[in-house]
Amino acid sequence: MIETIPSIKPILAILCPALASILILLSSKRPNLRESWTLIASILQFIFILSMAPLITNGKFVEYYLLLDVIPGVNFGFRVDAFGLLFALTASFLWILVSLYSIGYMRALKEHAQTRYYFCFALAIFGAIGVALSGNLVTLFVFYEILTISTYPLVAHEQSQEALFAGRKYLAYLLTSGVFLLAAIALTYSLVGTTDFMPSGILKSSFLHRSTLLILFLLFLLGSMKAAYMPFHSWLPSAMIAPTPVSALLHAVAVVKAGVFLIVRVVCYVYGIDLMRELNLGVLLSSFAAITMIGASLFAIAQDNLKRRLAYSTISQLSFIIFGVGLLTPMGITGAMIHIPFHGLMKITLFLCAGAILVASGKTEISEMAGIGRAMPLTMIAFTIGALGMCGAPPIAGFISKWYLSLGAIQSGYWAFLALILIASLLDVVYFYPIIRTAFFEKIPKNEVLEEKEPKVQLFSEPPPSLEREQPLFVFLIIPIGITAILSILVCLFPNLFYIYPLIQRAIQNLSGG
Amino acid sequence: MLSFVEHLPLLIVVSSIISSITILIAGWINRKSAWYISTATILGQFISSIIILNHILKFGKIHYRLGGWVPPWGIEYVMDELNAYILIILLFLALLCIIYSKRNIEHELPEKVVSFYTIYQLLITGLCGVVVTGDIFNMYVFIEIFSLSAYALIASRGKISLRASFTYLVLGSIGACFFLIGIGFLYAITGSLNIHDLSILLPPFYTNRVIIASFVFILVGLSIKMALFPLHTWLPDAHAFAPSEISAMLSGIIIEVSTYAFIRVSFSVFTFKFLKILPVMEILSWIASLAIIFGSIWAISQTNLKRMLAYSSVANMGYIILALSLSLSSKTSPWGGLTPALMHIANHALMKGCLFLTAGAFIYKSNLWFINDFYQLGKRMPYTSGAFVVSAISMIGIPPSVGFVSKLYIILASIEAKRFIFVGILLLSSLLNLIYFWRVIETMYMKTGNHKGNSFPSPFPKDEIPIAMLIPIWILAVLCILMGIFWLAKIPMPILDRINLLFGLSQKL
Amino acid sequence: MEWFLAKIFAKYNYWIFIILMMIGLYGILAKNNLIKKIIGLNIFQTAIFLYFISLGAVKGGTAPIVDEKIIEKGYTYANPLPHVLILTAIVVSVATTAVALSLIIRMYQEYGTIEESEIIKKSTEKEI
Repeated sequence: MIETIPSIKPILAILCPALASILILLSSKRPNLRESWTLIASILQFIFILSMAPLITNGKFVEYYLLLDVIPGVNFGFRVDAFGLLFALTASFLWILVSLYSIGYMRALKEHAQTRYYFCFALAIFGAIGVALSGNLVTLFVFYEILTISTYPLVAHEQSQEALFAGRKYLAYLLTSGVFLLAAIALTYSLVGTTDFMPSGILKSSFLHRSTLLILFLLFLLGSMKAAYMPFHSWLPSAMIAPTPVSALLHAVAVVKAGVFLIVRVVCYVYGIDLMRELNLGVLLSSFAAITMIGASLFAIAQDNLKRRLAYSTISQLSFIIFGVGLLTPMGITGAMIHIPFHGLMKITLFLCAGAILVASGKTEISEMAGIGRAMPLTMIAFTIGALGMCGAPPIAGFISKWYLSLGAIQSGYWAFLALILIASLLDVVYFYPIIRTAFFEKIPKNEVLEEKEPKVQLFSEPPPSLEREQPLFVFLIIPIGITAILSILVCLFPNLFYIYPLIQRAIQNLSGG
Repeated sequence: MLSFVEHLPLLIVVSSIISSITILIAGWINRKSAWYISTATILGQFISSIIILNHILKFGKIHYRLGGWVPPWGIEYVMDELNAYILIILLFLALLCIIYSKRNIEHELPEKVVSFYTIYQLLITGLCGVVVTGDIFNMYVFIEIFSLSAYALIASRGKISLRASFTYLVLGSIGACFFLIGIGFLYAITGSLNIHDLSILLPPFYTNRVIIASFVFILVGLSIKMALFPLHTWLPDAHAFAPSEISAMLSGIIIEVSTYAFIRVSFSVFTFKFLKILPVMEILSWIASLAIIFGSIWAISQTNLKRMLAYSSVANMGYIILALSLSLSSKTSPWGGLTPALMHIANHALMKGCLFLTAGAFIYKSNLWFINDFYQLGKRMPYTSGAFVVSAISMIGIPPSVGFVSKLYIILASIEAKRFIFVGILLLSSLLNLIYFWRVIETMYMKTGNHKGNSFPSPFPKDEIPIAMLIPIWILAVLCILMGIFWLAKIPMPILDRINLLFGLSQKL
Repeated sequence: MEWFLAKIFAKYNYWIFIILMMIGLYGILAKNNLIKKIIGLNIFQTAIFLYFISLGAVKGGTAPIVDEKIIEKGYTYANPLPHVLILTAIVVSVATTAVALSLIIRMYQEYGTIEESEIIKKSTEKEI
């Protein structure tokens, strides 16, 4: 029996970042107050979202509608189910960590326009949580667009020519895709009169033409360019010009995950697994995703800039999720859903480490990072943990997601898919290993002078002084890195942490049974 | 005996005329009194219009016979829900523009303050008269009154606005004369000039060539007045070079009152039955689509901000006419009938009013006409730029602003009419709107220097416009968002439903 | 021949109206001199007035002034309404011409010429 509980908790969770953004704007003259608003809001939001988890895992839904019948059959509001809560948990938890990190990062680099940064960040989380908790396509669309708009000033933060160009490119891609998404939603509404998310899908092939459904799916796919699939991926590497916390949370977790979230919602909750199987769209989707999986990894190998390499890695990993959902098997979808939080954790670790390296030593290119493993041991150990997880090595989180995806590929019956996953994982190793090797096993060259930050570094005879201890605000940077790295290991060993696995189980149960 | 409220429609028009003469005389004695008299009059008119709407919603139409003569021999003023709705929008924007103009006119046209307010009051007279009247020839006269005032007001800045006003004068007069020819044909066949009377007398003649010709003449004449592509050529220059509050009035009200006149003639005089005989709505929808696309494309190529906004008005008239042309084929509430068109009339007035007033603010402060010179305006004039961003977001169509609601309803109406090409055109135009508005926003906030190499030293002195000008801008900007939420929550819908019922366009009841 | 008579001669007022209107429109569109444009506009508007007034003519009707003797004799009146309408329209036309002429004077003061093509050349956007 589907039991829905009306509760104000989704609204409270959404209000936290919204109010925080206004308060941030008002306290622009007092930085400490401003930062504390962000931290308080992020912690409060996480508590609200976590408090909904026990209810959801027991099979109930939490809903709260703000406006009823905006157009007949469409309510504007939130209806939290297991999958949505999963995404919300990921985003809100990581916001806490990235806020902490931002404080250290922005102050260490003495960045300009910090108020605008925190304001837009809060709005972006507002959009992301709204996307996660929304109950139908229309609500999702509204928050989706808010997410796009609020992240633009973050991408163009530097305000240099390059940053403005990246920002324009970002907007061009994502707002165009927003138009396609609106067309898709309008078409859905005109076909079935509702846009709610139902586990068995709302489109039925009995009275709809096959070609209509295919065109509609294409429109939805074009509408989720946030998922950075090829050939519409190039906004993501360009957006790496943003400050690192932005790249970390938004472009590894919030924005791009909203894109894949939308695709999973469309496949499972708008079309429904049975309809997808009937239309053979699952195989098409997985093959399409496989192109990106492998192609992006190949691109990643060629990148020297650390953040760009991580960006292409993100593109590749997102397509793992699309791939998994296209398999249309319980294991496959489990793998896809579980990769959302796990990849988020690992990628955040990697990006935060990249940012820490930038703060401590000013380096952005991998070829310059020789021997940095010895100068910043804690950071690079965390990086290694993240990288190993991305390759799928136990006991780090990535292992579990790759495991489920492989099982899903076997379950689907197409052996080619299993081969594709293995090839892609292998490519992951190919582009992560050089970073680790350069960091740990290469010597710092004799005439290397780390003048900008460290005037007194000794060349290689003694172990180099820890760059980490020299930076006064480094503790803000290292604590989040440490937490995410340790958590990556912990969630592999205890997947019930933060209700992640139970939520996914409940989601799969709803999809196949309910 | 008529109650007090029933006298109000006439009082609105008469008080306006008297006030304009008063301003002329009082201004001779004391120049400063001109603004006060004008504002007081418009405030009184606005409050009366709200009282009128209230009365109509409770008791039904107001019929007022001028001089006691019984129609169809006498002139009659009829107020129904459509009139009252447009009247409120009209007077609201007029009130905000006049509050804004206090500082702006002192700055821009210091010697002409008294004549400005005199003619402004005459403009309001003409506009209110068009909306209030129930006689078609009376409508022509009032159209000419407000057109003449508009010609004079546009030309008040001198230099390049003179030529713009002259072009508008010639084209506008041709348009009004075509309207007059149409009225003549109607009179020749039926012998009556009263709108209600005509709607009763006309049905036997629906296939008469003279009547069809009269409709076409009225359509073309009013198309010139409401700047429907391809008869819009006077609009970019006139709206761009007029004083800014007049630009706001022009784009927000004057072309929309002409649209109201068209709606009144098409749906009250020639009822919807006539419109089904001729393929008028079909042709109009295609013309409107062309207006939308071409208006947006031309806007992208402009470097002068006010000209860009003027072309954007051309595109928005396309939206209104597109919504109008779909009104016959879409029956489902809430987006059926005239609702999307009327909704966009109100919303466009809000958005365009705010945009033109902010453009005027930029000119007031630093004589900035060209977009390339707008760098760092986000820091120099933060509140004004903020209002610009809010109304630009609304024009692009981002929820929950008013622009989004209009576009949503037009999309839903075109889906219901099974015209999917219009959905595509609307979405494409959203993208085009985005391009030209984003250029301005990016220059205001993100660019640190001109392409010529000029830049301001930082930190910038914050140099805002006076509060008297800021308040109307911010009221409009906030309303852009608030009204959007109201429309989504369907608060003003009962009025529009009753309008649809009036014209026989809704399926309810 | 009868067709010719019926269509053209009987409806001569309509033909005059159309021809004058076209002459006026030609003047507005094709002439360069601003004064000539206004003259064209006037001709255009006058054509419309003539049309309206011709609508009011009643065969055998006399001037529409109420007089008991005429009513007793049973004469018909010509329709006074179009005349009244046209009086109003003439006033509008005069006002339009006045505004147009004052604009032309101002443009002459500003640019020193009343040829439209020269005004377009002289007015560049730089001096807004």
